[in-house]
Amino acid sequence: MKNIVIKTDKLTKRFGDFIATNEISFEVYDGEIFGFLGANGAGKTTAMKMLCGLSTPSSGSATIAGFDVYKQTEQIKKNIGYMSQKFSLYEDLNVIENIEFYGGIYGLTRKQLAHKTGELITQLGLQTEAKKLVGSLPLGWKQKLAFSVAVLHEPKIVFLDEPTGGVDPITRRQFWDLIYAAADRGITIFVTTHYMDEAEYCNRISMMVDGVMKALDTPAQLKQQFNAGSMDEVFFELARGAKRKAD
Amino acid sequence: MRTLYFLLRKEFKQIFRNKALLPMIFIAPLIQLLILPLAADYEVKNINISIIDNDHSAYSRKLLKDITASGYFKAVGYGNSFQAAFRQIEQDQADLILEIPAGFEKNLVNEGAQSLFIAVNAINGSKATLGASYLRRVVEDFNAGIRLSWMPAGNDQQVGNDQQAVIETVSSNWYNPFLNYRFFMVPGILVTLVTMICVYMCALNIVKEKEIGTIEQINVTPVKKHLFILGKLIPFWIIGLFVFTVGLFGIGRLVYGIVPQGNLLLLYGFLSLYLVALLGIGLLISTYAETQQQAMSVAFFFMMIFMLMSGLFTSVDSMPAWAKFLANCNPVTHFIKVMRMVLLKGSGFADIQFPMLMMVGFAIFFNTWAILNYKKTV
Amino acid sequence: MKQFTSFVRKEFYHVFRDPKSLLILFGMPITLIVLFGFALTNEIKNARIVVCDYARDAASQQIISRLSVSNNFSIHQSIMSHEELESSFKSGNIQLAIVIPAHFNDDLLHLKHAQLQIIADASDPNTATTLTSYAQSVINSYQQELRSYHKSGLQIIPEIRMLYNPELKGATNFVPGVMALVLLLVCVLMTSVSIVREKELGTMELLLVSPFNPMMVIVAKAVPYFVLSLLNLALIVLLSVGLLGMPFQGSVLLLFAVSSLFIITALSLGLLISNSTSSQQTAMLISLMGMLIPTMMFTGFLFPLENMPVALQVIANAVPSKWYYSIVKSIMIKGLGFSAIWKETLILLGMTIFLLTISFKKFKTRLA
Repeated sequence: MKNIVIKTDKLTKRFGDFIATNEISFEVYDGEIFGFLGANGAGKTTAMKMLCGLSTPSSGSATIAGFDVYKQTEQIKKNIGYMSQKFSLYEDLNVIENIEFYGGIYGLTRKQLAHKTGELITQLGLQTEAKKLVGSLPLGWKQKLAFSVAVLHEPKIVFLDEPTGGVDPITRRQFWDLIYAAADRGITIFVTTHYMDEAEYCNRISMMVDGVMKALDTPAQLKQQFNAGSMDEVFFELARGAKRKAD
Repeated sequence: MRTLYFLLRKEFKQIFRNKALLPMIFIAPLIQLLILPLAADYEVKNINISIIDNDHSAYSRKLLKDITASGYFKAVGYGNSFQAAFRQIEQDQADLILEIPAGFEKNLVNEGAQSLFIAVNAINGSKATLGASYLRRVVEDFNAGIRLSWMPAGNDQQVGNDQQAVIETVSSNWYNPFLNYRFFMVPGILVTLVTMICVYMCALNIVKEKEIGTIEQINVTPVKKHLFILGKLIPFWIIGLFVFTVGLFGIGRLVYGIVPQGNLLLLYGFLSLYLVALLGIGLLISTYAETQQQAMSVAFFFMMIFMLMSGLFTSVDSMPAWAKFLANCNPVTHFIKVMRMVLLKGSGFADIQFPMLMMVGFAIFFNTWAILNYKKTV
Repeated sequence: MKQFTSFVRKEFYHVFRDPKSLLILFGMPITLIVLFGFALTNEIKNARIVVCDYARDAASQQIISRLSVSNNFSIHQSIMSHEELESSFKSGNIQLAIVIPAHFNDDLLHLKHAQLQIIADASDPNTATTLTSYAQSVINSYQQELRSYHKSGLQIIPEIRMLYNPELKGATNFVPGVMALVLLLVCVLMTSVSIVREKELGTMELLLVSPFNPMMVIVAKAVPYFVLSLLNLALIVLLSVGLLGMPFQGSVLLLFAVSSLFIITALSLGLLISNSTSSQQTAMLISLMGMLIPTMMFTGFLFPLENMPVALQVIANAVPSKWYYSIVKSIMIKGLGFSAIWKETLILLGMTIFLLTISFKKFKTRLA
């Protein structure tokens, strides 16, 4: 019996006449790795922002971790983690300071903070870099750090917006190891990406095209459905007719 | 609140780590405070006068002596040519010209009246008025002297002595007997510097986070917006207080010898309110600007107006009614007034009640507007 | 040349696509000129004074009526005691008090000598001395009248003519100063950010990798602001003459020619700042905090430069707006030609060359 952690019903976001997200309805189960795919401009980031409580939907409904997206955004925020597309740690603070800051505002106690900080640094292998300003770290390490900070408070769900953009394949692999580890701990992962091979790592994926959700299934089933050898081909099939190109 | 503690810790770390910023906040203002009051001196002295003497008589020479002896004037030219003197005015070497016509002494005695021609460079209206009035006074005294010298000795009381009716004015200067301009300027410049720091820094700081994207990250956390705002305002409030204190006691007292006459608690109470109002303005600017450049432009615009309309450089009373109204909508105007009143005159709470009320009004107005706007757009 | 044009075009796009900054760029000088043209003046008008008249006789009444007629003063109150005097000053309501002792008229008539006291609030020394002078003037002319009731000839009549500004408008002194201030600061502000922003965003690398002369990059950045500043200048001049009634005696062409030079000087200063800093924030703070007050004070329109200690006068010489202020006054108000301003112009030229040379040097070393 799977728990539902995210449930949306005809969730829509309009900007004037432009419908960025058009009545999407789906469910995400507890503990799964959910891939939220789509071309640039398909409406992924808009949808994600609604689910995080960053933007108010125009119509439709959604519950995240059991909380209503219109009325209970404060509760939602307590239970989620987020890693934005634009890197969002403080570049002029060092590694430890960033961890302590975010840990602190998520309500971790001093003891928890000390413990977590040590744990994280060891896990990421940042022992020698711990006191260095984050701005001086290479991109891959920044991304891994940002992810770790996003799950520091063990949220129910973590939202990742194109987390591996611009990162080398080895680091990407390491990143996904972190994601698996988090999923094993029971954190639901909601990730958007362009990398179709990463789609294969997910339990289920959805595909947004022109603001509409065109597919929702496991990677294996989608490949079978579209008679495709890879997710690339699936994507191509679905997104071919897309009208919106830019992000 | 724990969250606030973490927010503040982060802010202070960032501020003090910013090597380029620190000198701007602390050192530059203090240097300016050190140097600028030395420059501020409106006194009209050493008025340059160029004299054209076509008469070369005893009277004209006496007049010349009286003029230079008066202490107001410095003779920069003495000749025959109006052209040459006028050129001195054009080149800003002379501020006024006095032309003594030929036959001055003779005609004065024989015909009873003579004119002297004076031309004044009136670009600076106030300087011109004062210069002209000083010169007029010298001429009048000279005139009286001449009349007296023509009075037959020991004469009719009625006629003779009326010429001598003298109204002696005794002038006293209260609160600043030595007319020390620094006393006047230092508080004003200090206020201006603190204002600049708080408004600019606050606005730029928040907009920078907007530009980089770290604000979005904060928005996703359970940190309430009003806490975040407090976390941004408090550091600059503290810095403002600090810079003010160093400026007042470090430089004001040690270098310029300004000893506060009034109640310091009162002053700091007002200062705290003032800073809140200013930070509200900075916050407000940050909600409307998307880039640092925009924030800077807007902040600059308002700073210029605030400064020039604050009564620091020119007097508010001399402004036309509408400008006076604007000047009174300017929080800086009020603080400069209060600074001077409390520091130099020792005014008390009753005296500054009105500006204090205005400041409370400003603080509430700007901060409310800013916070409402912040919640909507950021 | 074509490369240069494409650079310039890109810079124009940057500028025009930021309407908020544009608003400030234009709106600010206009607002400031109008505001200050009307509001700022060195004259002290309507100063609140009190009169403490212990005499209450003919002579004192005469003096009081003369004071109230003068537009420098506005008699706030008549008070009757010294205690009230103190509290009036402390409450900040009045700036000057005149105390006329008892028997004033009698003393004048019989003793031929009377005293009165002028007390000024010298916490504002400027207002204090000016008001005291004004008051003394009024009393002096009253004294003159007394004397000339008995004419015995020997009357010297000073004829005073106010040159260049017969109506003694404050605008005449301030507008050229605000012009100099605003043009300098706006140009510096805008260009100081331009180079640094590209460095911060990373787009500078692209430019540096391209086969273009770095000088071209720098100059191209300044061009849109140069054009905008000239437009600004035209607007300011139109406003000053049309709205504020400022005189324009000299050659328009000359003014614009020299102004162009000044604008380039200002832009060069901004470029230098931009080249020397690594973050937008620093560049902005230097332009704003570092330059605002010093420029205001050393241009010479707020405080007379000749009153400053020599050391500061020397520093003032390094402020470009000081020279420009003098030039504007010479051309607009005095109607003089190039022969009167060649020295200042040469100085501005020298400053520009100096600033540009250092800018280019600094920019080059980044490449290496």
